Amino acid sequence: MIDILNALALLANFVIVPALAYGSQLALGALGVTMIYAVLRFSNFAHGETMSFGAMISVLATWGLQEAGITIGSLPTALLALPISIIATVCVCLLFDRLVYRYYRTQKAAPVTYLIISVGVLFVLSGVIRFIIGPKDQIFADGQRFILKARAFKEMTGLDQGLAIKTTQGVTVVTAVVIVALLFWFLNRTRTGKSMRAYSDNEELALLSGINPARVVMITWIITGALAAIAGTLYGLDKGYKPFTYLGLVLPIFSAAIVGGVGNPVGAIFGGFVIAFSEMLLTFAYKRVIAYLTPGDWVPDGLMQLLATDYKLAVSFVILVIVLLIKPTGMFSGKTL
Amino acid sequence: MTERWRNSLLFAGMAALLVAVGVFQSSNLALAILNLCLISAIMTLGVNIQWGYAGLFNAGVMGFTALGGLAAVIISVPPVTEAWTAGGVRAVSGLCLGVLAIALGILTWKKLALNKTARGWASALIVVIGVVVMRWVIDPAVEAIEAVEPAKTGFLGGFGLPIMFAWMAGGALAALAAWAIGKISLGLRSDYLAIATLGISEIIIYILKNEDWLARGVKNVNGLSRPVPYEIELQSTLWVQSLASRIDINLIELSSIIVKLCYAGLFVVVLALIYWLSERALRSPWGRMMRAIRDNEIAAGAMGKNVTSRHLQVFILGSAVIGIAGAMLTTLDGIFTPSTYQPLRFTFLVWVMVIVGGSGNNLGSILGGFVIWFFWIEAEPLGLGLISFLTSSMAEDSPIRIHLLQNAAYTRYITMGAVLLLVLRFSPRGLIPERNR
Repeated sequence: MIDILNALALLANFVIVPALAYGSQLALGALGVTMIYAVLRFSNFAHGETMSFGAMISVLATWGLQEAGITIGSLPTALLALPISIIATVCVCLLFDRLVYRYYRTQKAAPVTYLIISVGVLFVLSGVIRFIIGPKDQIFADGQRFILKARAFKEMTGLDQGLAIKTTQGVTVVTAVVIVALLFWFLNRTRTGKSMRAYSDNEELALLSGINPARVVMITWIITGALAAIAGTLYGLDKGYKPFTYLGLVLPIFSAAIVGGVGNPVGAIFGGFVIAFSEMLLTFAYKRVIAYLTPGDWVPDGLMQLLATDYKLAVSFVILVIVLLIKPTGMFSGKTL
Repeated sequence: MTERWRNSLLFAGMAALLVAVGVFQSSNLALAILNLCLISAIMTLGVNIQWGYAGLFNAGVMGFTALGGLAAVIISVPPVTEAWTAGGVRAVSGLCLGVLAIALGILTWKKLALNKTARGWASALIVVIGVVVMRWVIDPAVEAIEAVEPAKTGFLGGFGLPIMFAWMAGGALAALAAWAIGKISLGLRSDYLAIATLGISEIIIYILKNEDWLARGVKNVNGLSRPVPYEIELQSTLWVQSLASRIDINLIELSSIIVKLCYAGLFVVVLALIYWLSERALRSPWGRMMRAIRDNEIAAGAMGKNVTSRHLQVFILGSAVIGIAGAMLTTLDGIFTPSTYQPLRFTFLVWVMVIVGGSGNNLGSILGGFVIWFFWIEAEPLGLGLISFLTSSMAEDSPIRIHLLQNAAYTRYITMGAVLLLVLRFSPRGLIPERNR
């Protein structure tokens, strides 16, 4: 019995807790992609860089706050910096919409044109980011490192295996839950949210019933910018801010959005967790878990790892391929908000 | 001004830019830029075949380029006999097992007379068992191969053939990958192809970085053989020595110029051949059909054209051209370094080239490849100059100035993005627009 609990603690420590945090980050990212898809009807390749931009502003603002001596005790200062980052990222999104995307909306350009435009935006943003903060890693997490230390858990439960929860992981999950709740409240309960859903569902009918398209688009960019800033900051807080990793996040984020059904917010959240858990479960070395679960002192020879950790990215790709082959519309057949 | 004159003028302007670099900076640099311009032009032609002829968005140019590079290694490096005896047969048979498992899985999915769920589970089971068996076969072999003199080899090596064969092999390898990815994602919505190719290209790079037994991973394979003579050989040749003294130039510099000229000659031949073939294809009934499909898929489908399989065909052809360019690039570098493949440089920059040059026009693609590569290289000193001019009022040791100067190189990303956006906005047909036929 105690062995089973130990195995569970081991799994929780190395798979469940990190996957919950990573899944929340992916879900927030995928929500941004899905919102753009639902309202503006294109795949925004620049979303990763938008997240990176938000994270960069958080890093800079955190440094500023730390200089000024403002912190919030055991929580990371980046949480205080988050509003600044959200405002800045939303401004950048609105600026790009005004300067770049708006023209193509009036032209009724094809989705693939938007795709190329988002590549241009990606280039500009990644240049701006590297120009301002440089290509190197930045660590900006401060405050207390752990909510629950491995040793404390061991003493509390008397198990051999420790379970540690990093503050950043806790912050990530809590923030994500709050943000998602707010988003769904907005989409389902407010007039503006309903008009967005109507616009996404049937553009002509929405226009006919007097919904202002410019306003819907603006609010979409505001929400997307805010989501990107939050997701980027949380990811950077959890794993350290490296500008180049965000381009690599585009693939898991798009996979998450497609798995759930592009354009569907519930699907995006579901997809984020599917991707995160599959990545963690497939690249985890089960050696010690199996040793706990089998009777006696037998320990398996190999690591019992299905995939090398380096192939994390391949997992999201394979899931994407399977979904494309079996159900291209995703689990929650998408394209409506 | 007729179209022909305009185009000649544009190309003359490009040539003048290169000559200017030769005069003001150095002729070696000008030739180095020229060689990479030629390779970029071939890559751009490949993307243009996909985008300009058929409207397919390939976001995985980097992956196909890297596959070309892998082909250069596999074809040209002599086989490492020790590694082959240590586990070569086992590794190769493991790979074959993996391919077989996937093929069996697909066959089960397609042919088995069961309902959808049962077939799905059956083929998944087959693939999983196949992967486990493959790992069981391949893992010890990989370990044995990588243990063979890891500092020098530690991989299987290749066929030891002349590296020029790799240019064709690179195309073939890229075509194979394109076939697989096209089978999955063509026929669905257009952005799915973009996302799938983006994914596959990242994964190809991960595989190349991590599978040391294949091409040494991040340890790189250097000293690839060359299709042209070495500088050292040239320096000891009589005619080179006499030429150097006659035109009064440093012997070492002259030998390097000759080598670069040889490469340029080879690249020009390949570029001309591919250009001629793609022009022929574009003017043929096949090209007309492709444009018809691009402009109105539904109408073309109604005329009995199989849109998905034509798309697959053109996607494979374009990727093969990119693969050829990738193999040429690795040949020119003489070294295969998987970690240098960055999506911004190898995928999205090529896209800027296609759009700026003029999508759908092969001549435009070539010009786009030249112009954008030229400015990609020259934007670095230009950006540095601009920043130091803008910050010249600041103190010499001001931290902001130092920081900005350090990151000045990244202004070229901003420039490229801005160029792409401006061209799309104000001249979406590019420098040399597609001809109306």
